[in-house]
This record gives sequence, structure tokens and C-alpha cells, in this order.
Amino acid sequence: MDFAGAYSPHNLMFMLKGFGLTLVIAGVSIVLSFLFGTLLGVIRYSRIRLLSPLAMIVTEMIRNLPLLLLIFFVKFALPEVGIKFSTFWAAVVALTIFEGAMIGEIVRSGLQSVNKGLVEAARSSGLTAVQTLRHVVLPIGLRRMVPPLVSQFISLLKDTSLAVVISLPELMHSSNIVMGQNISQVFPVLLLAAALYFTVNYSLSLLSRRLESREGGRRRTPGAGTPTVAGKVNTGNAYVGNEV
Amino acid sequence: MDFSFVGAYWGDFTEGFKNTIYASLLALAGSFILGILLAVFRISPWKVLRILGTAYVEFFRNIPLLLVVYVFYLGLPSMGVDLDGFTSGTLGLMVYTSAFIAEAIRAGIQSVPTGQMEAARSSGLSYVQAMRFVVLPQAVRIVIPPISNQFLNLVKNSSILGVVAGFDLMYFADNVNSYSFQTIETYMIAAGFYLILTIPLAYATNVLERRLARTN
Repeated sequence: MDFAGAYSPHNLMFMLKGFGLTLVIAGVSIVLSFLFGTLLGVIRYSRIRLLSPLAMIVTEMIRNLPLLLLIFFVKFALPEVGIKFSTFWAAVVALTIFEGAMIGEIVRSGLQSVNKGLVEAARSSGLTAVQTLRHVVLPIGLRRMVPPLVSQFISLLKDTSLAVVISLPELMHSSNIVMGQNISQVFPVLLLAAALYFTVNYSLSLLSRRLESREGGRRRTPGAGTPTVAGKVNTGNAYVGNEV
Repeated sequence: MDFSFVGAYWGDFTEGFKNTIYASLLALAGSFILGILLAVFRISPWKVLRILGTAYVEFFRNIPLLLVVYVFYLGLPSMGVDLDGFTSGTLGLMVYTSAFIAEAIRAGIQSVPTGQMEAARSSGLSYVQAMRFVVLPQAVRIVIPPISNQFLNLVKNSSILGVVAGFDLMYFADNVNSYSFQTIETYMIAAGFYLILTIPLAYATNVLERRLARTN
């Protein structure tokens, strides 16, 4: 194993640059997928005719497909109908659609965990449905969603590695290149990549755990049901996510 | 859209589909056994085992699956151990998923009230007997839904084999695409095949979860 060769200043800079792009793409996708997911979740929660069932079908379809397939689809199939993206945006769009569907489920079950009595009380004191959502359900529900959301963001950061299949120059891609220089550099490079991913993700998961234990205390307040996203809750330290 | 090309490539799709199922089942069996072992490590009375189990689980939950697969596909060959794409992909899936299954099992076991264990121990059962006859039967019920969810993830994750030439559905879909140039149709068929596997699993997970929520 050639640690000195693999970690030459030039290689290190090259891999860190790749990791920089990983973080950028994860950041952009986190923001967009949160917006998209909240929209999907609110639509499914509000039971609007036609729109809500449609959102459900879309969510279930996307959630149950491999992300890899979506990345290929966005990058190679959509251009055939005239929708073209650069490699960066193809990855962002695929990640946003996929993680957005996951987040939509988290948001929906978070909103549904808010006590029905609170909603009825708000409505009978004269708030409209939109006001109830805005001032009562969303503030309570969102707070409860924070731990599973952070877990989903960790998954997203890991999932950016799949963009290697469309040659986005993120960390896995630059690792591939450095590994290709010399076979004795393979293990050192994989080790460094693992360390980089681990550092960021583990910090996030510690954060998620702290928020969760704080929420755990709060959740015992009357009327708090438990959200039921598959494997997301009920397990104490629950970030059994939907990773690729 | 023109699906007339499909006939010529149908064998490719079904071959990939079979390999996807095969890899998923192999990885499930392996990760289940490994996961149980790790969960036992994590709740064992010995500190060394607990640290080992925790380190394994935390490490693999926080790095991408692709990286784990690369260790088998690129890392081991660099040290003289050659594995094909299917084997390294399946091993990677197994090692990765076992961390999540271990976590689900540990959480399930620890959600059984400690009084149960104490009562069993004070009525004369050994630690192993108390686990076997009192704690585990109660934990299994709680653990089944998250494990079913992990299996769903595993099936989706098996598409990683496509990246390392593992002859799964994803791999053959890419192949068909590069021969037929019918990109949209090819990926739609691949999506259909995946949904045949994943929708029933998602439904089962949902039903199991609801049943558990009711009995609580």
C-alpha cells in the first residue's frame, strides 16, 4: 500500500476538490428536496381531490425505484423528449425527485401525528384550513420531523456518490481517478474517502440524535402520536433510512 | 413510444431480474445473520464487544454503499484477491445492510422493558434463557417492520451491481439501452421490473407497521 503516493499534495487537493463538489451538490439538493418534499407532504396531508391521490401515486412510484435508475433516466432518457440538463443539474434533479419523495413521506406522517383535537380546536375558533396548517399543524409537525429529516439528509449525502455513473467530478469520481494511477493506491484512497464521508455524516447523526433525545422528552406531551414512516420512528435511535 | 424492440431483448431483462432477486436474497440472508451477531455484540455485557459492534454499525451507516462495494471490487483485487462484479456487489450489500439490520434489532431488543429481563433472571432463568424465552419473542414483533423496510432498501440498493458489472437488472438495462437506443422505453421497463419487487414489499411493510401500532 502506497500511502505516500496516494496522499501526495496534488492528489489530496484533487480529492478535497471532489469532496467540495459532493458537499455543494448535497447542499443544493437538500434545499430543493426539502421544498419539494414539503409540498408533496402538505398536498397528501390536505386531501385535495385529484391532487392528493396523484401526489400519492408519484411518491410511491419514486420511493420504490432505485435512485440509480432515476439518475440514468434524468441524464439519458429525458433529453430524448427535449429536457436537457448538465451533469451537475441532472444529478441535482434526480436527487431532488428521489429524496423529495422520501421527505414527502416524513412530512406527511409528521403532520398526521399532530393531535386531531388541536386541529378541530383551531378550526372551531375560526381559523381557516390554511391558517390552521400554517399556524398550528406545521409548527408542531415540523419540529417533530427534524430527526428523521436529518437522517434523510445523511442518506442524501451518501447518495451523491452515485452520480459517479454520469461522471460528475464528485469525491467518488476523483477517488476513481487517483486509484487508477497505481494499484497500490486503491486502499489508501478508499480509506481517505471513507474518512471524509464519515466525518460529515457522523457529525450530522450526532446532531440528529441530540435533537431526537430532546424531542423524546417533548413527545410525551399529551396528544403527540408517533409518525409512521417505515423504520423512521419508534426505534429510539432511529435513523434506519432509505439509503442507497 | 415504441416498445417493439423489447421482444429481442426480453431475455436480457429477465436474466437481470433473476440476478437482482438472487443477489438481494443472498445479501438479505447474509446481512440478517451478521446483523443479529452485531446486535448481540452491541447489547452484550462485555465492553470490548460493545465497542466493536458500535464501531462497525456507525462506520458503515455513515459511508456510501458504493464505497463498500469498491472495497470488494477494487480494494481486494489490488491485494491479489480477485472477485467478480456479482460477488463483490453482493458482499458489499451484505456488509452495508447488516449495519442497518443490527441497529433495528438492537432497538427492538432494547424497547422491551428492562423489568422483563429482571423478572426472568430473578425467577431463575440464565441470561441466555431469559433472552431466548422472554426478551427475544417480544422483540421479534417490534423488529419485523423495520427489517422488512431494510429488505425493500436492499432490493433498491442492489442496483449498485450495475456499476460494477454485476449482471443485475440495472446492468442489463444499460446494456439494452446502448444496443437499442430506445432509452426512455428501456428504463421504463426496468422501472416496471423493480416496482414488481418493491411495491409488494412496501405494502407488506406498511401492513406490518399498522398491525404493530394497533397491538400497542
